[in-house]
Amino acid sequence: MIKVERLVKTFCTTKAVDGISFEVAEGETLALLGTSGCGKTTTLKMLNRLIEPDSGTISINNKNILEAPPETLRRGIGYVLQNNGLFPHYTVAENIAIVPQLLKWDKVKTDKRVSELLDKLHLGKEHLKAYPNELSGGQQQRIGLARALVADPPVLLMDEPFGALDNVTRSKIHSEFKALDELKRKTIILVTHDVQEAFELADRIALMDKGKIVQIGRPAELLFKPANEFVSGFLNEQRLQLEFKAIKITDLWEHLPEGGRKTNTSSLSADADFWSALEQFKFIKGENLNILNQQSKEIKNISFEALMAAYSQYKHLQPHD
Amino acid sequence: MIEPQQTLWDFMGQQADKLGVQTLQHIGLTFISLFIAVLIGLPLGIYITRKKSLSGLVLGIAGILQTIPSIALLGFMIPLLGIGAKPAIVALLLYALLPIIRNTYTGITGVDATVKEAAVAMGMSKWQVLFKVELPLAMPVILAGIRTATVINVGVATLASYIAAGGLGEFIFGGISLNNTNMILAGAIPAALLAIIFDFLLSLVQKLNFKKIKGAVKIAPVLLLVLSCLYFIPSAYGGKLTAGFTPEFMGRQDGNLGLQSKYGLKIHTIVISDAVMYKAAQEKELDVISGYSTDGRLKAYNLIVLDDDKKIFPPYYAAPVVREDALRKFPELEKTLNLLAGFITDSIMTELNYKTDYLHQSPERVAKDFLVAKKLYRADKGGKEGVVRIGSKIFGEQYILASMYTMLIKGYTNYNVATKTGLGGTKIVFDALTNDQIDFYPEYTGTGLLAILQAAPKTVTQLQTSKDSTYNYVAREFEKRYQLKWLKPIGFNNAYALMMREKQANELHIKTISNLKRYLDSK
Repeated sequence: MIKVERLVKTFCTTKAVDGISFEVAEGETLALLGTSGCGKTTTLKMLNRLIEPDSGTISINNKNILEAPPETLRRGIGYVLQNNGLFPHYTVAENIAIVPQLLKWDKVKTDKRVSELLDKLHLGKEHLKAYPNELSGGQQQRIGLARALVADPPVLLMDEPFGALDNVTRSKIHSEFKALDELKRKTIILVTHDVQEAFELADRIALMDKGKIVQIGRPAELLFKPANEFVSGFLNEQRLQLEFKAIKITDLWEHLPEGGRKTNTSSLSADADFWSALEQFKFIKGENLNILNQQSKEIKNISFEALMAAYSQYKHLQPHD
Repeated sequence: MIEPQQTLWDFMGQQADKLGVQTLQHIGLTFISLFIAVLIGLPLGIYITRKKSLSGLVLGIAGILQTIPSIALLGFMIPLLGIGAKPAIVALLLYALLPIIRNTYTGITGVDATVKEAAVAMGMSKWQVLFKVELPLAMPVILAGIRTATVINVGVATLASYIAAGGLGEFIFGGISLNNTNMILAGAIPAALLAIIFDFLLSLVQKLNFKKIKGAVKIAPVLLLVLSCLYFIPSAYGGKLTAGFTPEFMGRQDGNLGLQSKYGLKIHTIVISDAVMYKAAQEKELDVISGYSTDGRLKAYNLIVLDDDKKIFPPYYAAPVVREDALRKFPELEKTLNLLAGFITDSIMTELNYKTDYLHQSPERVAKDFLVAKKLYRADKGGKEGVVRIGSKIFGEQYILASMYTMLIKGYTNYNVATKTGLGGTKIVFDALTNDQIDFYPEYTGTGLLAILQAAPKTVTQLQTSKDSTYNYVAREFEKRYQLKWLKPIGFNNAYALMMREKQANELHIKTISNLKRYLDSK
């Protein structure tokens, strides 16, 4: 879907992005993770040509994006900014309708799409005529997301999208974000400095430092097969929580006991991470949990102890650092 | 003898027509220049946000323009654009540029970078970003700039009357020259009101929310154009010849008022400062001007004086007017000042004026050359027995006389001299004298009679029989009312006169003011 090769960008004498290459598959979410100044935002902004690269190629759907007019390119790519970048002089409805207006949609189609998105993002119709400064930070960020999604672009670029929100609002929006079906079909590149956020939202993570990608891979790969000390050092502080989030039930599947007594409680998908499985036990106190493996259509009914045992077995098999 | 005091309302009522015309001209001047300034300033302000390297230069130049005193800027315009509306509009628009460029620049650079980035990232073109995002968001700041520019323009436009562009300055400066407070107020109050009203209206526009501003911004150019057109309403009716009169001449019984009442002269008239009037006549922008009969530029520009066959211009013999307490304080002073009495005839004065006005010799040099030639000059004695303060009005002849008196006092007495030359008009210099800020200045009998004593028309007619009767009357009344003494006349008679280009006057067979009137009335 997106293919980046040997991308270089130099500001004055510092190499902000130093020859990086990566690919993102269709429907995949890639997080560009790193500290400030590592080049992650510069990389992102080159994808919609807010910044022009010095050298290297970027192609989306096998088309070199540097050859088409940038305005056309950008209208086909959703973009979400940290400080939302909503137009203060436009109402919520007008803000969301910016791209349709540029694409010259008719009014009926635009209005329909805008109210559809408001529904999906749990925003009431009464907000349509409000101005952005009359909304809370979380609501503004949702409008920003709606604005990026309105024309249903196949690619979504997000620059620290939840960085300006408080923790409570952020985790709420995180779960909404994961639940939103609109996003499941999209190829998303997300810039963040928040390790938790990257682990929670991304399929793969590219950890960047000094303009280069240090390691790119699934969260679990970064955790358990770090390429070097920088990677393990970067993740060490929150390792336990990250592991819980990085490990999926499918990873533990072979270590979980077969069968078991079915309870009446609802079942959890095996695609969920270990952390959410632990959270489920909070609600069903003392009872067992049904876990459904979509691929093999198996259901396993497990106790808290069985889950923990599977986890430690899995951990045992991983190489130690 | 003293006529009942005219109130401001009486004056405004009498002059309602003129007041209306001047107000329309004033609004017109303000908004034509503002409109052009917006047309230039807004794109320029936008341009320098794109080319930041030029911003320092452009804002610097606009800033320098702003610091040039307004009178000087108008002066610069005359050689380039002549007189009338054109130079006034250019000068005004140069003043209006800085606030508009600066606020456009600040407004646009001040737009939140995130918002601009979002606009670009959504696929807006450069122009879409400008018109949909940057300009609307910068609009309150830009409007503040336009508001500042409007208020500046209303103020500076009062000076436009100096170069015959009309406006409320005609009354203000006419009033100052004529010592007529009502006239000053009749110009100053509407000018101040205009500034306050426009400032208030624009402050309302500034406070509108974004939605309404969109509409207001669309109406603005139309409104500006309409207000600009007001300027042209009064000038739509013209005549065969154009006269240029000084503000002072316009309001005097022995000036335009007399021309109208005694001669019935009706001529398309514009008000102009005497500094540019002669040149404008030579350059055929004006056909008839009000000048002084001893003015050096008469000779320089080939102008002739029309004969005042109905005798409306009283004699204007020049003589020093001195405070009586100054004469007591400086016993030598009277004798010294009288050294000049009778020495300067009309033709000599015209010659001296020609040297300063046209050959651009300094008044000091002209004064010294004359005194040396007449063997009156003595070297400076470096006197330390007190300082005599000399005043003068703001034209060449008065500078020359002031210089001569300075040299005489320094050469013949042990007094030192301080000069306060270039005091605006009769009212200013006379007030300086009565308020003991100067000790004496050269005044003219006619001015004393009409502008200062404001004698009734009947008295004026009675006195017009001989030169001495006016002098005696003025000397007596000044002594009585102000404790001021008229010393001996210097000799020349600098009376008002109507002038035309010699060639044109010959072609049209105009020799007298009555001839002029007949020519104007003929079809």
